[in-house]
Amino acid sequence: MAKQFTKVAYANLDDFVYGSCPNPVTTKSGMVIGGGVVYPEINFTLPGMDINDVTMPKAATIYSNIIEGVLKRAAELYAPGVLIEFETLPDFTEHPKYGIEVNRILLNGMKEASEKYGLKTAIRTTPNDLREFSRPPIMRSGKYWETMLELYEQCAKDGSDFFSIESTGGKEIHDSALVKADIRLAIFALGVLGCNDMEFLWKHLVDLSNANSCFAAGDSACGFANTAMVLAEKGFIPHVFAAVIRVTAVPRALVAFEQGAVGPSKDCAYEGPYLKAITGSPISMEGKTAAGAHLSPIGNIAAAVADTWSNESIQQVKLLSEMAPVVAMEQLIYDCRLMNAATLNGQQVMFRDLLVQSDSALDVQAYVLRPDVVMRISSELVKTQDNFLRTKLAAQLTVAELKKAIIEGKVKSDKRDMKWLEKMEKAIESIPDDPNEFYYEMKSVLDMDKFIPSEYGL
Amino acid sequence: MATLNDVSQCVLDGDLDGIKSLVQSLIDDGTDPIVIINDGLIAGMNIVAPLFKSGEMFVPEVMESADTMNEGMKLVKPLITDGDIPSKGKIIIGTVNGDLHDIGKNLLVMMMESRGYTVIDLGVDVKEEAFSAAVKEHKPNIVGMSSLLTTTMMKIESTIKQLVVDGVRDQVKIIIGGAPVTQEFADDVGADGYSDDASTAVELCDRMMSDQSSSEALSA
Repeated sequence: MAKQFTKVAYANLDDFVYGSCPNPVTTKSGMVIGGGVVYPEINFTLPGMDINDVTMPKAATIYSNIIEGVLKRAAELYAPGVLIEFETLPDFTEHPKYGIEVNRILLNGMKEASEKYGLKTAIRTTPNDLREFSRPPIMRSGKYWETMLELYEQCAKDGSDFFSIESTGGKEIHDSALVKADIRLAIFALGVLGCNDMEFLWKHLVDLSNANSCFAAGDSACGFANTAMVLAEKGFIPHVFAAVIRVTAVPRALVAFEQGAVGPSKDCAYEGPYLKAITGSPISMEGKTAAGAHLSPIGNIAAAVADTWSNESIQQVKLLSEMAPVVAMEQLIYDCRLMNAATLNGQQVMFRDLLVQSDSALDVQAYVLRPDVVMRISSELVKTQDNFLRTKLAAQLTVAELKKAIIEGKVKSDKRDMKWLEKMEKAIESIPDDPNEFYYEMKSVLDMDKFIPSEYGL
Repeated sequence: MATLNDVSQCVLDGDLDGIKSLVQSLIDDGTDPIVIINDGLIAGMNIVAPLFKSGEMFVPEVMESADTMNEGMKLVKPLITDGDIPSKGKIIIGTVNGDLHDIGKNLLVMMMESRGYTVIDLGVDVKEEAFSAAVKEHKPNIVGMSSLLTTTMMKIESTIKQLVVDGVRDQVKIIIGGAPVTQEFADDVGADGYSDDASTAVELCDRMMSDQSSSEALSA
């Protein structure tokens, strides 16, 4: 039986802060995520290289060097604990033996750091969603589904604390919606295909994690909303469209929590503040310190209600000071120190509001992450339990919120933004409330070569 | 009476409903179909491209313009024999082996087609041998490859090596792109050009085709 979220997790906006939440999660090493302290979450990747049987020993050595380097620096800087994310490369999921080997290297590095420095650590294992390697994607069976589950299961048995994924159900349709800035198509991809797939996927992942003493942590709309953000940053699509997509992706990500995920949600899930507002679970976020991986207009505000603070990813390359992952580790620790110092001084809300104020008026994508906006929209989203209607409602509420903010001069806008918001408003209004009726309507514009309806329970 | 300028403006406006009657009117008036393509439809897209590059148009608007141009082309193409349809050149495009990221690649396909190139889109996760076979089959002027991952970017190099082994490397120019790819990487793996977005990739191809025409003229 799936959980239902019928009200938001906070009664008071001042309680909606970074570092703590109503439902914290305790790791195997005793880190309490969401228990008062913001922890750094470090992620890293290989430099440009092939992955195969011949190169794996080199890849293993690189990962060994990375984990040794980042945890040494974390100990030197007295980090209260470190969450490591092992976000696999596609080869590591396609060939689980590679992914399992690297996960073990990281677990071993964590054990050594505990023995050597007394450093608390935890690991989030994030296999790739390779189901889209089949075109059209095969979502519920087949080689890619099996290898992904094999990797999850063995990593959990070996000691991983958390499971995450950037799942891709519906992405094959959503990509077209983004480049066309077609909100109807995006709502279909997220609210019908995405939500249906999340129900199927996360039921399996929660069962697998429960059976192996591991936490199902959460998903990310990376392939959806972050792609929109990157396209907007390049000037390819309107920023208001990306902002609306960000919130429209919330109901899809919420499905993981309905199925039993407990957080911390995935770092690149910028929909995290909404998840925290609704579920009371801890969230991971990334912002300015993830600039080595991608740029964004939300560098500070992303930290406003974060429980772990991430760098997204960084290649093992040498910078002037040190290897890049070590540099990222240091940056994250200093960010977290400042936030935690403000908490100790009783200035947590003030610091949160500075993080918010410094970004929220400068870009519509930042504006929709304001805690007050998050709480206002979340309070409406919990009034319906239908994922499709929730998705439609999320888009509708965000358009209204942005129109009001632009008219009132609360956020910078492009002269074309209002035209796009009105275009979206009309398109959303034309969507029927019955998902089956909507699917029937959409059939004429859907590229049926791109997806298999039965893989989404349609 | 419709003019070629009206057609260009219609393409710029992305006016799908209006383009058919305008193009049909020009055909009925006896305007050379090639002129309608070059001085009306493609001329419209030639206005769109700089507006996109300067940030005055978004991709969805460019796509509407491209769709409008294609709608007009549907009326004109049957009036021209295949060999007479103007093409700036032929390009094969694909995302390399092991990589599924294709938004950037799809944008490039759209931009290239709308600028008058003949594009063969090989899709995603394209094996080295498939690129090579496509070069042999389609005899393109340019091969474009993209990769978004640090691991799959190495497949660009292996694809170029495959083209060398199969003896077709010298028949084409190679352009590459994608988040981890740089000009330095392009130089290292022996690509002929690098671009960091779709619109500059079109300009790169224009320069390559222009250089090719110049050298052909010199050797003639």
